[in-house]
Amino acid sequence: MPEILQTIGLTKSFPGVLANDHIDLEIREGEIHGLLGENGAGKSVLMSTIYGLYRPDEGKILIRGKEVVIDSPHTAIRYGIGMVHQNLTLVPSFRVWENIVLGKEIKKTLSLDEKETLRKLEELLTVANLEIDLRAKTGELSLGSQQRIEILKILYRGAEILIFDEPTTILTPQEVDQLINTFRSLKKEGKTIIFISHKLKEIFAVCDRVTVLRKGRKVGTLPIEEATPEDLAEMMVGRKVLFSFPRGRKPGEEIILKLENIATSGEKRKIALQDLNFALHTGEILGIAGVEGNGQKELAELMVGLIKPRKGRIFFRGEDITFLSPKERIKRGIAHIPEDRLRRGVIGDFTVWENLIIGFEDQPPFVKGRFTFNHSFLKQFSSQKIKEFEIDAPGEDTLVKNLSGGNQQKVVLARELSGNVVLLVASQPTRGLDIAATEYLRNKLLEIKNQGKGVILISADLDEIRSLSDRVLVLYEGRIMGELSPESDEYQFGLLMGGKSIDEVLT
Amino acid sequence: MRFSLKKSPSRFSILPEIIAILLAFFIGALILLFSGYSPLVAFSALFRGAFGSRNAWGQTLTQATPILFTALAFLLTFRAGIFNIGVEGQFLMGAMASALAGAYFSGLPAPLHITLSLLLGGAMGALWGLIPALLKVYLGAHEVITTMMMSYIASYLTSYLVNYPFKAPGWVAQTEPVAKTALLPKILPPTQLSLSFIISLFLALLVSFFLFHTYLGFQIRAVGLNPEVAENRGIAIKNRQILAFLLSGLIAGIGGGGEILGVHGRFVDGFSPGYGWDGIAVSLVGKLHPGGCVLASILFGMLRAGGMTMTRVTKVPLDLSLIIQALVIILVSAPYFIRAVILRRRDF
Repeated sequence: MPEILQTIGLTKSFPGVLANDHIDLEIREGEIHGLLGENGAGKSVLMSTIYGLYRPDEGKILIRGKEVVIDSPHTAIRYGIGMVHQNLTLVPSFRVWENIVLGKEIKKTLSLDEKETLRKLEELLTVANLEIDLRAKTGELSLGSQQRIEILKILYRGAEILIFDEPTTILTPQEVDQLINTFRSLKKEGKTIIFISHKLKEIFAVCDRVTVLRKGRKVGTLPIEEATPEDLAEMMVGRKVLFSFPRGRKPGEEIILKLENIATSGEKRKIALQDLNFALHTGEILGIAGVEGNGQKELAELMVGLIKPRKGRIFFRGEDITFLSPKERIKRGIAHIPEDRLRRGVIGDFTVWENLIIGFEDQPPFVKGRFTFNHSFLKQFSSQKIKEFEIDAPGEDTLVKNLSGGNQQKVVLARELSGNVVLLVASQPTRGLDIAATEYLRNKLLEIKNQGKGVILISADLDEIRSLSDRVLVLYEGRIMGELSPESDEYQFGLLMGGKSIDEVLT
Repeated sequence: MRFSLKKSPSRFSILPEIIAILLAFFIGALILLFSGYSPLVAFSALFRGAFGSRNAWGQTLTQATPILFTALAFLLTFRAGIFNIGVEGQFLMGAMASALAGAYFSGLPAPLHITLSLLLGGAMGALWGLIPALLKVYLGAHEVITTMMMSYIASYLTSYLVNYPFKAPGWVAQTEPVAKTALLPKILPPTQLSLSFIISLFLALLVSFFLFHTYLGFQIRAVGLNPEVAENRGIAIKNRQILAFLLSGLIAGIGGGGEILGVHGRFVDGFSPGYGWDGIAVSLVGKLHPGGCVLASILFGMLRAGGMTMTRVTKVPLDLSLIIQALVIILVSAPYFIRAVILRRRDF
């Protein structure tokens, strides 16, 4: 296969950062080419340069062997390059077909030719093997469907090379499977696809070849048959990466947390939890698996005291904490990594040190006297936490919104583990983190367990749950469908997650 | 590197604000030019009137004082995530309470009489802040509606009080003059500048210290920036919002009292040209920082004091000074415009 797209020595720098350093990329016609790299490796910058959003400082872009100058997305489309961005750019109040043709409408004298447009688009749908209701209102569709609109948009404009910038971060696992099928259909139609991701599983599922970037440089390109996850991870991170974690010692006998007959009301768009009965032991990681939106968030908030049950009791080391406030629970050693970092975890407009002390700010030694901050202690405390948790920040005065997702999560972790923690409720702790940060976090969870503390691990990532947990509960529509050991068959997990009862699954 | 707290929540760069102010004057100059006045003559009169002499300074700072109080009051609630537009009402109620305490208590030594009158003003303001606070926290009533209504009530209530029950004999709707022992000392005679100015500066320092060096201020800022994180970390959101409202009312009330005891000597109907409303603008122009509020209130004071001289000397109507004030507000509240277009900076 000949190269449809090639870059030679492509270089792009921003003040203080060399984002792309002489990158030679070769994309063959009709292939699905994976582009791997940690956050900040330069994947998005490289693709944005090819798409005409940035002008390169140096280097050439060749399309079918001919050098071209791409100075705008408009030009890129003329050369048959289309890009689906991480953040969708649709008009929510428009119908699907209106969004697709926006900017390149088929017109009658004054209005749009709806009939002709729909006929053309139906054709396109068959060719691309995509399903979507063209007359539906865009804003009412799921993110997966909206992403399909973006794909149709660029196909409609005649794209031959389709660039996807981390398309799976906004999708549910089912939608990821659908997207991967779409990739395959598009490939059959002869389209070329560049797929940016940092999830190895997805790359292995669909790519023909893969290029790895690290710190703005190309590490290498190889056919997928010749790659192993371990190799690719090492190429991305620059050192060996742990995939399987030693599970460590066996859980103890002593019960840390116990839920008895818990039920919550489902008001304000919350999922109602029902008949929850389970216990967590010392030195145990209890995994909560399930498709997202089945009560995981509510369960976490229940345990840390943000929502109160309608029925039932919660015991923490023998003490009834059912109606204790979050503050009282924090004091007793219950820590929380919330699923939505920027909504519940950190305050973006607060500095690192301010974020590190939220919840402790009124206690000595953070305050001296009755009201006043003890700045020398605060400084010492935060710089020690920054070191201990390897938070990559210029200093403790940096605003947290300027940190990467992984470092924001480390700020949350550092703060939550500062108290005398007995129980950690971790919701989607590695969501959106790159490989190195994910590995760091998973190791921390195991470390906490091995110190004899308890961890409730709530995650949509079944692999994560299975590799870390001692036991796994599956949540479905606010109920626990059953308990499985982490070694159980993935198929069994799937059935429970889909609402089958444990008796059906085990027989 | 120094461990600086002042940098939160944003790097304190005032270059865009300075450019906004210069731009406002430039547009003002164009308006003058088109109206047939000489901008040079008018502006030099304005600056002379504001800063040209000891008296001019006294005038400027006198004008700046009440709006510094109200700006600080607005700022405190804003930092807790509350858009309190009822500062005017808190200010008026405080003014009335101080005026009555100043006039009807007698036989007290001056320091005590002053302190008592100001504190009663502050307490009245705090009460006026407490009502919308409770309505918000316990009934979910939105503060923009309730504080605005409380402002109207305060405005008509004080007007009623000064026109009927507490009206001093004579043609003017005003209360009895406060006792000599309740008058705030003038600090720059013959101008009206009184101790109230020093109190306002002191309060600006205190508010800054409170917000950035105490845990209560920290909690208020956390609640204002992200109540969900605050809740998750066990901060009592409702209590902190009530506290912010109380402190806001306290400061506005003391400001009202200071204006009565320092400048007017009695509550005169309609004495406030809308100091509470100006405070909101000053607070925003001052980038919601106590230090910024001090500078912004002096700027506004200058436009008022200097504007009067400008009118006297050049016959340019005072309205033009107010137009410049409005332009400053508009341009300062368009920081993206200033940064992107004028400073050609896109790295914000």
